[in-house]
Amino acid sequence: MTDATANQPETPSNATVAPEKMAWDSRARRMVTIYVPLACFVIILLFPFYWMTITSFKPNAELYDYKRYNPFLIDSPTLDHIYKLLFETAYPRWLMTTMLVAVCATFLSLLSSVLAAYAIQRLRFKGSQYVGLGIYLAYLVPPSILFIPLATTVYQLGLFDTPFALILTYPTFLVPFCTWLLIGYFKSIPYELEECALIDGATRLQILRRITLPLAVPGLISAGIFSFTLSWNEFIYSLAFIQSGEKKTVPVAILTELVSGDVYQWGALMAGSLLGSLPVAIFYSFFVDYYVSSLTGAVKE
Amino acid sequence: MTVATLTEWTRTRPQPTWLGRLFDNKAFLIFLCLLPAGGLLTVFLTYPLGLGVWLAFTDTKIGRAGQWVGWENFEYLLEDPLFWKAVFYSVFYTAVATFGKFALGLWLALLLNNHLPMKSLLRAIILLPWIVPTVLSAIAFWWIYDPQFSILSYLAVDVMGVRTTYFDFLGSTWPARWSLIAANIWRGIPFVAISLLAGLQTISPSLYEAALLDGSSAWQRFRYITFPLLLPILAIVMTFSIIFTFTDFQLVYAITRGGPVNSTHLMATLAFQRGIAGGELGEGAAIAVAMIPFLVFATLFSYFALARRKWQQGEAND
Repeated sequence: MTDATANQPETPSNATVAPEKMAWDSRARRMVTIYVPLACFVIILLFPFYWMTITSFKPNAELYDYKRYNPFLIDSPTLDHIYKLLFETAYPRWLMTTMLVAVCATFLSLLSSVLAAYAIQRLRFKGSQYVGLGIYLAYLVPPSILFIPLATTVYQLGLFDTPFALILTYPTFLVPFCTWLLIGYFKSIPYELEECALIDGATRLQILRRITLPLAVPGLISAGIFSFTLSWNEFIYSLAFIQSGEKKTVPVAILTELVSGDVYQWGALMAGSLLGSLPVAIFYSFFVDYYVSSLTGAVKE
Repeated sequence: MTVATLTEWTRTRPQPTWLGRLFDNKAFLIFLCLLPAGGLLTVFLTYPLGLGVWLAFTDTKIGRAGQWVGWENFEYLLEDPLFWKAVFYSVFYTAVATFGKFALGLWLALLLNNHLPMKSLLRAIILLPWIVPTVLSAIAFWWIYDPQFSILSYLAVDVMGVRTTYFDFLGSTWPARWSLIAANIWRGIPFVAISLLAGLQTISPSLYEAALLDGSSAWQRFRYITFPLLLPILAIVMTFSIIFTFTDFQLVYAITRGGPVNSTHLMATLAFQRGIAGGELGEGAAIAVAMIPFLVFATLFSYFALARRKWQQGEAND
């Protein structure tokens, strides 16, 4: 009895075959038009990272012998490259410098952006939209056309070859971005809340601290993690303004200090790249949604 | 006793001090709020921008203040074949890479706009190339492009047997140029795809339903609904992409440093080589300043070309 009921749906009948075939057909179609291209995209986008990781854990013998070992797998993983990097080079130092510069630049940019965005969006004044436009235009000035005159400015100010050269120049691309993002966030906070507070006798700074900022926390997080990532990844200023080897930031140091001679130490290079990417990647994995919202928010504004 | 309570009572409502009143003065507050951002941007952005233009007209070298030389730097550059090579490659690089990024990025955005399992994880994975420091992924590409141990050569020669010789990715002019463009496209796809995906998600599904009822094909739905509604965001993303591709520095500096035989110099890397590495600040600044007209042109072109078409279509539809 139970067997019969269980078997019943499986018995083929002419009525059920046609729709099932159609369903399969559309699934196959979906597979070819969506999943296969998507899988290709994901594989291509991730492959360099896979390759980077694999290379940093391979012993040198495997690294340069594709005939004997399958290059896509590791036969006997080793921590040699990472050990060498951490204990025989100034890598920890570079990591610390980068962290310090990124945190300070982010803090400085957030502070000035919050104030600027508040002034532009909330303390409306004559010409506030022009100030906003000016900040938007500042975002469009790429570092590549600024680094030469900035190098002389930094030199004149006596900041050359110090972390301050980076902490003070990174805000040139962080402040416009953060201000722009925060203006969008402040716009979404109802103005009535502030009016109520004004009637209750709060000062403007109290309003900013007690009402606007707590409501704009998601915006602040987005701006903060974005600034941190951009500062961590910055290259050209750090390359131009820092000369001594031990004061360099990770991206520059790997390229200029680890690459020496004609024979590249690919294992160490890849281990350095992996370790240099890891902090941002971990950070990113915690705040993916904020990244996406700040990326798309900045574009939509 | 009554007097004491009275003074106590008034003390709980003190008059704001002059400092408090100053901070409540709107004009002062505006000035104060704009001061940090304005100060930073003036000293480290506006002033250097002006200084850069001035330096371009001088013969400043590292450690020596320059003299005004007029158009001499530019005249020299106009006769410099290397400069023209860099201009050509910058334009070519920007055009091809932007086209590639937008074609593939739009495709990826359309794929992601379908109903998919684990969508947020997928989105997170796709943004990864954009989050990781460019130089570090560029070094990974450098290793992938290695003449002897390239994994792509291994795949093509030893696994698939399509070729008999290894690829020479970075050894000669055109392969090196295309390799750099491929790396740039790889890095640019996530930004384009995720931004365009955000644009796609704002398009109302009812438009597609209406079009389906009218018997439209998939191509027609893309051509007459998706594309026109995506244009405004496409214009902005493209402006950004063009500006930052044209002034790209990291990828080229990390992978080829302008070689082989200076064939892959972008204007930014040439400016760095002449200005900072070579010490000729004036000449480097002139190369950097020469990028400005291209940037203004590209911005205006992408902005107006795309924005005007949107305006025309809006006009026709109403």
